Formats: sequence, structure tokens, C-alpha cells
Amino acid sequence: MARIGIFVCHCGTNIGATVDCERVAEEVAGLPGVVYSTAYKYMCSDPGQTLISKAIREHDLDRIVVAACSPSLHEPTYRAWLENEGLNPYMLEMANIREQCSWVHTDKEAATEKAIRLIDMARAKVAQAEPLHAMEIPVERRALIIGGGISGIQAAIDVGMAGYEAVIVEREPTIGGRMAQFDKTFPTLDCAACILTPKMVAVAQDKNVTIHTHAEVEEVSGYVGNFDVKIRLRARSVDADKCTGCGTCWQKCPTKVPSEFDQGLGPRKAIYIPFPQAVPRVPVIDREVCIHFRTGKCGICQKVCEQGAVDFEQEDIIIEEKFGAIIVATGFTNFDASAYGEYGGGKYENVITGLQFERMVNSSGPTDGHIVCPSDGREAKSVVFIQCVGSRDKSKGVAYCSRLCCMYTAKQALLFKEHVPDGEAYSFYMDIRAAGKGYEEFVRKAQEDYGVQYLRGRVSRVFEHDGQMVVRGADTLSGSQVEIKTDLVVLVTALIAREDAVDVARMLGIPYDQHHLFTEAHTKLAPVESVTRGIFLTGACQSPKDIPDTVATASAASAKTLALFNHDFITAEPLIACIEPSLCSGCMACSDSCPFGAIEESEWTDPSTRKKVKVARVVESVCHGCGNCVVTCRSGAPNIAGFSNEQIFEQVEVA
Amino acid sequence: MKYAYYPGCSLHSTAKEFDMSTKAAFRGLGIGLEEVQDWVCCGASSAHMTSEILSHVLPAKTLAGVDRDAKGVVVPCIACYSRFRITNAALQEDPELRAQVKSAVGVTYEGKIPVVHPLDVVVNDYGLDAVREKVSKELTGLRVASYYGCLLTRPPEINSFDDDPENPTSMDDLATALGAEVVDWPYKTECCGASLSFTRTDIALRLSHDILTMAADEDADCIAVACPMCQSNLDLRQRAINRKYGTSFDIPIVYFTQLIGLALGIAPRELGLHLHSVNPKNLLKKKALA
Repeated sequence: MARIGIFVCHCGTNIGATVDCERVAEEVAGLPGVVYSTAYKYMCSDPGQTLISKAIREHDLDRIVVAACSPSLHEPTYRAWLENEGLNPYMLEMANIREQCSWVHTDKEAATEKAIRLIDMARAKVAQAEPLHAMEIPVERRALIIGGGISGIQAAIDVGMAGYEAVIVEREPTIGGRMAQFDKTFPTLDCAACILTPKMVAVAQDKNVTIHTHAEVEEVSGYVGNFDVKIRLRARSVDADKCTGCGTCWQKCPTKVPSEFDQGLGPRKAIYIPFPQAVPRVPVIDREVCIHFRTGKCGICQKVCEQGAVDFEQEDIIIEEKFGAIIVATGFTNFDASAYGEYGGGKYENVITGLQFERMVNSSGPTDGHIVCPSDGREAKSVVFIQCVGSRDKSKGVAYCSRLCCMYTAKQALLFKEHVPDGEAYSFYMDIRAAGKGYEEFVRKAQEDYGVQYLRGRVSRVFEHDGQMVVRGADTLSGSQVEIKTDLVVLVTALIAREDAVDVARMLGIPYDQHHLFTEAHTKLAPVESVTRGIFLTGACQSPKDIPDTVATASAASAKTLALFNHDFITAEPLIACIEPSLCSGCMACSDSCPFGAIEESEWTDPSTRKKVKVARVVESVCHGCGNCVVTCRSGAPNIAGFSNEQIFEQVEVA
Repeated sequence: MKYAYYPGCSLHSTAKEFDMSTKAAFRGLGIGLEEVQDWVCCGASSAHMTSEILSHVLPAKTLAGVDRDAKGVVVPCIACYSRFRITNAALQEDPELRAQVKSAVGVTYEGKIPVVHPLDVVVNDYGLDAVREKVSKELTGLRVASYYGCLLTRPPEINSFDDDPENPTSMDDLATALGAEVVDWPYKTECCGASLSFTRTDIALRLSHDILTMAADEDADCIAVACPMCQSNLDLRQRAINRKYGTSFDIPIVYFTQLIGLALGIAPRELGLHLHSVNPKNLLKKKALA
């Protein structure tokens, strides 16, 4: 016969003000199996836990119910306490009388009655509990890092420095990501390349780090400590071992197409490296545009390569590797401004995006650092920035604030004034959001020292008239309509999830929000963990982040990875499914409903007939205990340890 | 394809040519129109400025009388159109308002009769491919600036058919289908000042002047409109604008239905083109359209 103890927590006034805890403790004392019950002000405090220990010993309790907050908050606390007392930690049930009772009710009498009922249900469940034991899983101490921007680079450096192996998989032909496209960085105005390229070189030279560029992760299976990953190394058409990066091939290549890296403002060749400091300095051939691949002719690059590195026959290679942890650093993309037809993005050449401005102002960019009108190449004497294009606009863009645009607008406007001292820079803004070290001061500097003119209000229309751009908008501070004639318009577009973010999330089995940004396990207390153990998040794939925040989350994600790698084994929750073969018909409907691929076909010998039959079997290390199989099975063969059918039915019975 | 038709007061008076040309163009396209029996004033401006319930009672009274077999009711005047759509949305959402309307005028109306603009019908329902097939006299060489004004596409949750509220293109697409040359200009949805036409005529003149200036700068031969208020501001006041600003605009302001009619080969008189203050006669002659 079970010996149950019930511990009712006041949680100060959180529960105590709405639930009569003393009365609850008295009434539940008479429930079946209960040998002890009490109430206490803070059960999770040290004296509260000592009280539980004492009661376990004095009343020889073999299982307990704690009626307090949500199990997601303190279940681990109480489990650890049970273990201290020599009990199995799973002989615990929590009745949530805070979030699901006191916090949502005002009638004390009714809330007290409800608390008693909730506790009775927990009692009925714990009475059927059986001791469970955590499984031990070995850990493969290698980290896969998806994305080779500043986020992935920093994470790889941190993991490598700790002596563990890291593998970066980057889709583009080079690492460096968005940061490599930037000119200077706010608020210190140090040049992005100057601080990024040393890190790119460092990570490339790190013996613990392997970099696959022009590659993509194709498939991920497995679980924490043991992810099986397929990586597609796309054919570069250049043998990286032979290539010296001399550049003769791309100098001689006759095919010019708009450069993605330069945001279409300049050309690249069909065989190319995206920018001079690319790592690795090995070109790729864009087979879509290459004359040889389209017509079978040309082949100049192959002829001029003294190393014989150009290899038209190269094919994609798929490699399969095992990793213990995955760091997702896939970054962001920019909102397509064509949703705002009235701003003329994509219609007028002299309406450009912030990222295009970044390339233009960069001295090694397509215009050698000259800020020009793309329509005719003349120097721009005036520029109007339109902030929040897509941000904070749920009807056309995203509801959230993209967080760094205020800063980069101030930076770009300031740089414009440095490049064109007699020019005029204007910025239409909604609010200035400059929270960050030295940020507000930086915006002030742009306004006060550089004379950038800030207009608070939205722009209604941008159009071309008499060879100039005309920006019409509201200045809400002076309460007037304004019309500014300008050479250049910069649309400060929102930062959004990449187009294929959902595919990546599905491949990894991690959740995403309505904007397709990856969701943290807890926005405050687990900001770099995904809910899938062993998969960590960093950078702008979670939400728009500036460089300091991106680097901070990268180091945080690597710290979490290293904590994992510091164990030979990790423990896994035993709350998983188990299929009773004698009840299983082998229909495999459970397998179809399993989101983790944790159910496989298996053979079982029926003891009565001695025949071998096909049955479903749970792969314990992969199962998450979600319960889908339990509700799918018609014959009730699966059961979840710690949430067994017997336990649930008992609960329902007393409810 | 058959619709009910609500002309409203404007189309029986100042915008008679919109009435004439809508009927003629629809007849030419083969879209049936049958005028709603015993229709009443839509209440635009005066009703909704004074009594909210009155602003719903008037449209409900008319809409309740619409033939339920029709595909919907075609409402050319943009003020009527807007008021009807607002009442439809309000009545669909609010049972109490439906009860109030019923006790006021004794009609049961759920807000379900589709209220459509003739531009929407031609572009989205009838379809531009079908229009193209009917064109017998392409408007070749006619530079048309499409002017949508404020209400046709806004507010989008009430009025917008399948078009961009800030940068609508349906009238431009129609003009192209009719063989005209479309002027890409930025003042498509500017305010013409209609609501201030009588109280602050100076403002209405300035706003309409700006629109005419931009159209002239972009070498438009005419401005196509879909709203009687826009039409009267730009057309009737054009002479006053010229006097005030020392300009010499001579830009005909035509309804899009008149353009359809011309392209279908209907005589300008049947389309009411002779009723405009800025007479398009010379323009039509120059472009060999009359």
C-alpha cells in the first residue's frame, strides 16, 4: 500500500491569498493512501524542503504530492530532494494550484475546492507511480555549426579553443556572412572587415575547426549527443587542394553577372570568389551562367589555370558525420521592399536598400566608396533614409522592431556626411530606438555633430520628377507635410527570417514562431537553447541582432555545447513510450504519428504460438515521450512511463 | 452576368455622364444592369456626419431592396460605394445594429448583398482578356493618367478590391487593355480636396492644381477617374484653377467607363463626353477617336 505525503505550498500570497491552504491540507489528509499532509509558506525554500525530508523519514513516505506552482518551474527541485532522501525521483507528482488555480481565480471558496480536486487527481496518479531510471547516453564530442557568419565563426572559435572539434557548414562559397558586406560598424566606426577578417583567418587556421563552404546540411537525425548528419558538399568545379587562389581564372572569365555580395551594384564573373578576403580563397563556378556549362564551349578558366585546379567534372559529394551538438547560426535576410509599391523599391534605380548603401560606401565596394546615383553614376548630393520599411508594420511587413536599423541608419547618414560634407542627409523615423552601450550618444553625434536631419513621421510616397527623387511624408513634430527632393533614397528594410528557415527548422525538429524565427526554449532563462536538447541557437536566426549581441549569443551557445561535451554520458528522461508486443498488431500507425522517427519495425516471438510476428518497437534514446503513439494505437499497446494509461485513468476517475 | 445598379444622386445630376457611360459600356460588354427599385439617398457626408444610425439605415433601406438573384449591386459613385460597404461590414458584425435598423425602417438586412464598383466588375470579374476581345477601336496614342483618388481603394479593409491601396493599378491595366498609353505618375491616390470643395475652396483648388500640374508634366492627354467628386473638382474647377494660378490647363477629365465606351466604338455623345466642362472634342479629334 502506497504511503503518500501531501505538501501544500502557500507561495507567500500567490496561492495563500486565494486558496485556504491550511484547510486544503486538512481535507486531503483523509484521501486514500495519504498518511501525512501539511501546508507551508514557501515549500521550495530550504526550510520547506527540510520539512519534506523530515516528513519522509518520520512517516515512512514512499511517494509525495507537492501542491504548488507549475512542474516546469520546480519539479526538478523536488525530484532532487527525493533522491537526497533515497527515494526514486519519479515518485513525485505536482499539483499546479498556482498558475492553474490561484492566479486565475478570485473566489476563495471555489478556488480552495478546486485545489483539493487537483491534489486528489495528483494523488491518484502518484499512487500508481513506479520507480523509473534515467538512461545514460554517450556523447559524441563534436559540434556542427550551421552557418559561417560572425555567429558561426565565433561559436567555432570558442568550441575549438576548448579543445573540441567543430565543423562549420556554410552555404555561400566563403565564410563571413552579412558582416563581411558591412562597411563600418556602430557605434565605434571600426571597419567591419578589419575586425572580421582576422577572425575568419583564425577560424580557418584552427586545427579543431573544419569549414565546408558551398555546402548544405541535408538531413539530421538522432538525438542529443548523437546526431547523424548528412552534408552536401556542392561541386565547386575547382579542386581546393590544387587551387592557390591566384585569381587568373576570374580575371580571364568572360561572363559577367550582377554580384550577390555587392547587392547587384557591381559585377562578378561566372568563376568567382565573392570578395577579395574570402575564406577559403578558392573560387566556385556558377554553373547556371558559365558558358562552358551552358554551351560546352569557352573553358578559358581551365586553360589559364597553371595548377590544373579547374575541374568541370566535379560532382556533389555527400558526407555523413556524427555530432553531439548542433549550433544553428543561419542568420537573416532583408525584407523585400517591393511590398511598398509607393516607395518605389525595385522600380527606381535611385531607391536602394540599406545593404546596397553599405556596399556603396565601402571603399572596396563596387563604387570604390563613392556614394552615387545608380541611374547615371553621378555623386549623390542628398540622401533620404526611410526607416521601418517592413518593421513595425503588421499589415505589410512584420509586427516587430528590427532593432538595429535606427543604429545603422545613423551610421550610414553619418558616413554619407563624411563622404559628401556639403551634402544633405535626412531620415524619416517612427521612434529612435538606441538602447545599447554608446548607442544614444552615437545617434546624437549624427544629429548634432554631423547635421543629419531627423524627421519624425512616415513617408507616403516616393517618386521621380524632373530627374530627381521626391520624398513626400509627414513631419509629425511640426505637424506639417514635407516634400524633399533628393538624389538618393535608402529604404531601411526589416530584418527577417531566411526564406527556407521553416525547412531548416523542420529538418532539425525545432520550433519557429509566426515570423519563421527560431524559438528559444525560454526567452529569458534559456535564450540560446532550442527545446530540442543538444540544438542551440545563436544570432539573427532567433531575432534581429546586432554584432555585439550576435557574438554574445554565439559564445553562450558554445558554452552550452561545452557543458554538454564535459560529460562522458548524459542522462535522458525515462518518461518515454514502451510498446507491449502482445497487444501490437504491427500496423505501424504509431510510427506514422511519431514526429521524432522513434518507432521502428521489429520481430517478436509470440510465446503462445511460437511464431515470429512483426511488431512496433520504440527506440528509447530517440523517443521524447510526447504520447502521439499512445493515442494513435487502436489496441492500446503503447504506454508512457510516468504517464501510463493506468495513471491517467485513475486521475480521470477522481476528477 | 447580371448586376443590380444603384446610380445615387450624383449620377442623376452632376455626374450624368458617368451614368450614361456606365450603362452604355456595360451594355457594350454584355453585362446586365438593372436599376434598384425605389432606391433612396446613400446618406454620404450629411448622414454619417450627424447620426451613425442614420448612416446605416439609409444604405440598408436601399440594399434590402436589391434583387437577391443579381451578382451584387454595382455602385459607380465612390461615396455611395464606400457608405454601402461600411454599412455591410457593420451589419454583418453587429446583430444589435441590425435590430436598430429594422425598428427604424422595418427592413431585415444582414449586410450580405455584395457591393461592387464597376471598375472591379470590369477588371476582376469580367476580366481584361474579355475586354480586349470586345475592343473595336483601340485608344492608340491616347496618354491616360489614371487617378484613383482617396476612397476607391481605401480604407483597404472596407473598400479595396484586389488592388494595392497605396499603388493601385487596375485602371492602368484597363487603359492598357483598351489600347491606350498609360502615364506612370505618382499622384494616383492624392487628395483632390473634395470634402473641402465648398468650405475651403482655396484648398480644393490648390490640391487639384497640384494634380493637374503633375499630369501635365507627365504629358497626359487626359485624366481617367472613377469618382464623381474627383471629376467635378478637376473638371469644373479647372478654369478657376487656371485663373488663380495663371496656368492654361486644358486636360479633359474622363470617366474610365467613357474610355471603355470609346474603345467599344460607342459614339462620344452617347457616353456624355459633350457634357464635360473641359470639352474633350479636340483631343478626340486629334487622336482620331471621335
